[in-house]
Formats: sequence, structure tokens, C-alpha cells
Amino acid sequence: MNIVVSIKQVPGTTKVAINPATNTLIRAGVEAIINPFDMYAIEEAIRLREKFGGKVTCITMGPPQAEEALKSAIAMGADDGILISDRAFAGSDTLATSYTLAMGIKKFGQFDIILTGKQAMDGDTAQVGPGIAQWLNIPFIAWVKKIEDVKEDAKTIRVERMMDDGYEVLEGPLPILLSVVKEINEPRTESLRGKMKAKNFKATVLSAKDIEADPDFIGLRGSPTIVNRVFVPVRSGKKELVEGATVEEKVSKVVASLRESKLVN
Amino acid sequence: MDYFLTEEQQMIVDTAKDFAHKVIKPVREEHDENQTFPWEVVKKMGEAGLCGLYIPEKYGGTGLGILGLCLAVEEMSKVCSAIALSMAATGLGTFPILLFSSEEQKQKYLPDIASGKRLAAFGLTEANAGSDALGMQTTAVKDGDYYILNGTKQWITNAGEAEIYSVFAVTDRNRGSRGLSAFIIEKGTPGFSFGKKENKLGIRASATRELVFQDCKIHKSAMIDSEGKGAIIAVNTLYTSRPGVAAQALGIAAGALDESINYARQRKQFGQTISSFQAVQHMLANMATEVEAARALLYATARSIDKAGDAKGFAKESAMAKLYCSDVAMKVTTDAVQIFGGYGYMKEYPVEKMMRDAKITQIYEGTNQIQRNEIAAGLIKSAASKK
Ligand SMILES: Cc1cc2nc3c(=O)[nH]c(=O)nc-3n(C[C@H](O)[C@H](O)[C@H](O)COP(=O)(O)OP(=O)(O)OC[C@H]3O[C@@H](n4cnc5c(N)ncnc54)[C@H](O)[C@@H]3O)c2cc1C
Ligand SMILES: Cc1cc2nc3c(=O)[nH]c(=O)nc-3n(C[C@H](O)[C@H](O)[C@H](O)COP(=O)(O)OP(=O)(O)OC[C@H]3O[C@@H](n4cnc5c(N)ncnc54)[C@H](O)[C@@H]3O)c2cc1C
Repeated sequence: MNIVVSIKQVPGTTKVAINPATNTLIRAGVEAIINPFDMYAIEEAIRLREKFGGKVTCITMGPPQAEEALKSAIAMGADDGILISDRAFAGSDTLATSYTLAMGIKKFGQFDIILTGKQAMDGDTAQVGPGIAQWLNIPFIAWVKKIEDVKEDAKTIRVERMMDDGYEVLEGPLPILLSVVKEINEPRTESLRGKMKAKNFKATVLSAKDIEADPDFIGLRGSPTIVNRVFVPVRSGKKELVEGATVEEKVSKVVASLRESKLVN
Repeated sequence: MDYFLTEEQQMIVDTAKDFAHKVIKPVREEHDENQTFPWEVVKKMGEAGLCGLYIPEKYGGTGLGILGLCLAVEEMSKVCSAIALSMAATGLGTFPILLFSSEEQKQKYLPDIASGKRLAAFGLTEANAGSDALGMQTTAVKDGDYYILNGTKQWITNAGEAEIYSVFAVTDRNRGSRGLSAFIIEKGTPGFSFGKKENKLGIRASATRELVFQDCKIHKSAMIDSEGKGAIIAVNTLYTSRPGVAAQALGIAAGALDESINYARQRKQFGQTISSFQAVQHMLANMATEVEAARALLYATARSIDKAGDAKGFAKESAMAKLYCSDVAMKVTTDAVQIFGGYGYMKEYPVEKMMRDAKITQIYEGTNQIQRNEIAAGLIKSAASKK
């Protein structure tokens, strides 16, 4: 079974600062890690391989340093890693990112299951997974909390999808893309053998040309998203005391004020 | 201190450290409190590649020697020596096979031990044969192609959980220490059962039970080396494995030191952190110096054994490392509890467990009195041979 895991390298903290002048993340000095949700995807891929055999390939789009994320995946037990990296990808939004990843996966060839995290810890859109599936024209199931069964001969898969109030059991054909939630497993730590393998590992690096990407669909040009403003919301700390003779009076004043600020209608 | 670890050795440290914090730490109190065996951790320890460090690559291990074993045991023992012991005591049970078995026996047992799939144990001690282990009573009487074992081994680490046992028995009472032999006995062999699990002061996540042999019939092919080699096998196994106990002790001490420094820097009394009091500072200074000295002695011993290819020539050094590291562990953990004050006495903090766990390292694989005997014997022997 060929399993592809799409992993994103993110800053290893939730407290990333934003440069107010350029609207970009200040990444310098911040340790980079694999997006925590993607760790579950890697673990699940390794478990599938342990059960069904085959190969786990991790793919990431990012700057040359993102090779480190692939090395960590190798240390955990992935077989191979592909880095899609090119200056031409700069400024990609989720549409361009998912196009680029889809083209990279196509280049890679055969795959049965593509796994992604539920969402990225920094971007948080949860759009890249479904985007890849769309570009590849394959089905997609989000928020998978358990892979119940894979029928290799019939080429079907049955999974449990996490919902707010329980879960759904869904069946789909292979190849398929699944995004996984943290309830699915407990990621293993890096093994000694894996670390040794990772030490000498060199990722296959693919450029825009290598993946035969259409220049209109990548980078800034392929990104219809316009980032208007990126900011850290400030807590104003402003308080307002509502005076009134009775509780009813105070409540109606609060309601009126909420209506006024269009918080309720 | 720079111990000039190779890249591979550093990877062992990093892997074991990460493993200890992510996998062992969250469950250590629960296993200590309930005296349950940490199977779920052991399984993952195998996956992390930490079970076969001292086993050569051709038997599925990593071939990183006694130092490799020690680095992993130390790192895991910083967090929980009882859980680390499942692997270290497997080493003790494996050395007779590794050092003395036939190629066929090695092929049969070592790969599963290296992968962490099966644990091993070492059955030497009996109720009336502790320090005087060679005065054992368990017998193995020859009967055609078989030996019939009768007797009881006491306080065997991993007993009941392990599947592979290196067991020592008397095959010829008249030949004294030359009348002992060693066998590999698998769990499930008819006539082989276990006593109740002991309730212990420390290393409570480690299982300690009796091995009971009642007319247990063992084929002669399960013998390690040949008849009469038991004492040599036992003694050489202990020379090889004592650095592992030393590493366990060192890890406990180093873990207690780390906890103490962190605590001293945040606990405030009289309006200042207790780390500002010279009395506390000096305690920390002594602890740190002793831990470093213990580490230097242990690593030098492990390296000497690895370079020589076996521990035969290092009985004295191996005893020194075990003796010194375990004495340091007891002292440092006692001081750690002192630095924590009343909080140190409480189970909510990790140092009382470390103190309880430290004590066993002065007792098993030869009490520290026996280590001193060993060291003195080595000194006298080498002085005599210089004449
Ligand atoms: C502060 C900020 C500023 C931004 N600025 C811009 C901008 O100026 N212009 C612009 O166009 N876009 C911008 N973006 C969007 C950015 O391009 C997205 O972060 C990116 O497309 C991935 O989307 P996501 O992080 O929401 O991932 P999600 O869709 O939440 O990720 C879901 C899953 O998709 C996979 N995945 C996501 N990204 C990758 C990847 N690179 N490689 C491999 N797998 C991946 C992972 O499995 C992940 O778990 C910005 C985002 C942020 C947070
Ligand atoms: C938790 C635990 C796990 C163990 N695991 C194993 C195992 O896996 N396999 C195994 O085979 N055994 C195991 N043992 C047994 C252990 O090795 C023995 O307990 C140890 O060797 C001491 O023997 P003893 O307890 O009979 O003490 P004794 O020999 O009765 O000693 C009592 C005291 O007398 C002192 N003493 C005895 N002889 C001398 C001497 N000649 N000179 C000076 N002082 C002396 C000792 O130092 C000690 O202080 C374990 C024990 C424990 C408690």
C-alpha cells in the first residue's frame, strides 16, 4: 500500500509574533516543528504500513529548511520524503498550496491513501487537505478518528469521522484523502534506527518545473486570497458598569447595549 | 563535561531522553503506586530501538556495546529506574546467552530480545543463597537427553513477565562451583511456574517473583555452554551487567539532582529562594560533583569493556562502577528529599520515589559489601601477579 502524508513545517510555538509593517510572521529564532496534527497522520501511515506493507512517503512544500521536517518523519519511521521547494511558490495561499502539493503527489505516481492533519497550527484554515483531493479529483473524508478497515482487493476503506455529538462511519473507494484528528492515535517517538537513517537522509527536491506546475496556479499569481491585514487582537481592558434599580432594568440595559454594538439582534 | 560521545551514542541519549519524557513520565507514578508491569511502555521501548543496544547487529541489535546500554539505562532511569529495569534486567538475563551460548541458541533468542518482543530474566538467587549464590540448592539431574530441575529461585526480576530465563542449577554436588550449570528455560515449560509477586519498597513497577521448578524436564540442548560451566557463566555475566546497574543508579542520582536544582530555584522561604542559602548550595555542589565523578567512572569502565570485547579483565572496575554509582544514588536522593523538605517526603513530588528506588542498586547483582570484596580481591590478585 502506498501512503502519502502531506506535512507542514510550522513554528514550534503558538505565540508567533507578526511584523506589523509587513504583515508577515516573524519566523527568525523560532524553532520549526512538524505541524502537531500531522504527527498523527504520520503515525497512522506507519501503522497502515505495519499492517498492510508498502511505503510511507512524506511530502512537504516549503523553504529548503523544511527538509528538517522530513528528517523527523524519517526518524519516526517514514520511508521517504519529498520537498517541493521553489522561489516561485512564494506567497501561495491555500489554493496555490494545495495545487502545488497535488502536482507533487501526481509526480510521485501511485498512491492509495493520502493523509493530512486536520488543520495547520499556524494557518488554521483546514483547506489544504480538501484542496489537494479536489485537484487530484479523489474523494476526501475530514476529521477521521479511526480507520476501521481497508480492503486492498476491493479497494475500499471504512473510517470513523468525528462529529460534535458522536461519530459517523463512512466508506469510500481508494485512492482517497483523509484528514485526521488527534483522537486517532498516539504518535510514537523517534526511534534510534530512524534517527540513524535520518542522519544521512537527503530529500528529493522538486521545483515548479519538476512538478510541471502551471505558472498561473502557483505562488502569488495562483493565489486569489488577499490578506487585508494580519494583526494580534488587543485586549482593550475596557470595562463598563451597568447601573440600575432592579435586575430587570440592568439586564435590559445590557441587551440594548449588545444590540447597539450588533453583537445580538 | 564532554564525554566525547560519538554521533550514534549521542543519538541513543536523545532517543532515550525523548522516550523517557514522552512515554515513561506520564505513567511512572501510576505503575509505582499500583505495582503494575509497564507492558505498554516496554512495547514502545522496543519500537524506539532501545532494547537491543548491546546485542550485535547480526542478531537484530544495534551493536553499540555496554556503553550504549548504559547511556539508554541512565537516561530512562533519570525519569523512572523501575521501568528502565525491564530492559536492563533483560540484559542481565541475556548476557549468558550472548556470552556463552551456541550460535543456534543465539539465533533463536537474541532477535526477539533485541526487538523488545520478548523479555529475559536471570535466575541465580535462592532463599538460602544470596551473596553466597554459588551455594544454591536447585538441582538439575541428568536423565538421558534431559535434565530434571527441582528447586526455587527467589526475587527474580521480570519473572512472570519475561519469556526467556537463564537459570542456574547444581548438576554435580560433589564438584562445588564446578558442579553448576546454566540453562535457557522458556516460560510455559511444564514444571516451571512462578511464585507470588513481591510487594516492595522501591522499583515497584518492576516485577519480582520466584521461579519454581517441580520435576521440570529440560532437553540438554537448552544448556548454555557445557555442564559445569555455570559458575563461570554467572560470574562473567555479572561483570558484564554491573555497569548496567551502575547506569541505573547514576540515572536516579542525576534525575534527583535535576529535580533538586529546579526546586531550590523556585521554593521561597524567608523571602528568598532556598537556592540562595549556602547550606543548600553546598548540598547541590556535592551532589553534582558526585554525579559527575560517578558518570566518569562508569563511562570509562563501559568503554574499557567495549574495547576489550568482554568484561573478564574488568571485574574490579565493573564492581567499582556499581559500588560508587549506587552509593552516590543513595546519598544524592537522600539529599534531594532534604532539599525538598516536607514536600520531598510526599508522593506528589518525584524525589521520594527516587530515594526508594535508589536503595536496590546497593543490593542486587551483589551487595556493595560483595563489590568491595571483589575490588579488594582484584587488587590483591594483581599485586601478587606483579611479583
Ligand atoms: C499569518 C499568516 C499569513 C499568511 N500570509 C499569506 C500571504 O501573504 N499570502 C498568501 O497567499 N497566504 C498567506 N497565508 C496562508 C498560507 O499560505 C497558508 O498557511 C498555507 O496555504 C497552508 O494553509 P494552512 O496553514 O491553513 O493549512 P491547513 O489547510 O490548515 O492544513 C491542513 C493540512 O494540510 C497539509 N498542509 C498544509 N500546508 C502544507 C504544506 N505547505 N506542505 C505540505 N502539507 C501541507 C497538512 O497536512 C495540514 O495538516 C498566511 C497564513 C498565515 C497564518
Ligand atoms: C528487588 C530485587 C530484585 C532482584 N533481582 C534478582 C534477579 O533478577 N536475579 C537474581 O538472581 N537475584 C536477584 N535478586 C537477589 C539479589 O541479588 C540478592 O538479594 C543479593 O545478592 C543479596 O543477597 P541476600 O539478599 O540473600 O543477602 P545476604 O547474602 O543474606 O546478605 C545480608 C547482608 O550480609 C552481607 N554479607 C553477606 N555476605 C557477606 C560477605 N562475604 N562479606 C561482607 N558482607 C556480607 C550483605 O552485604 C548484606 O548486607 C534481587 C533482589 C531484590 C531485592
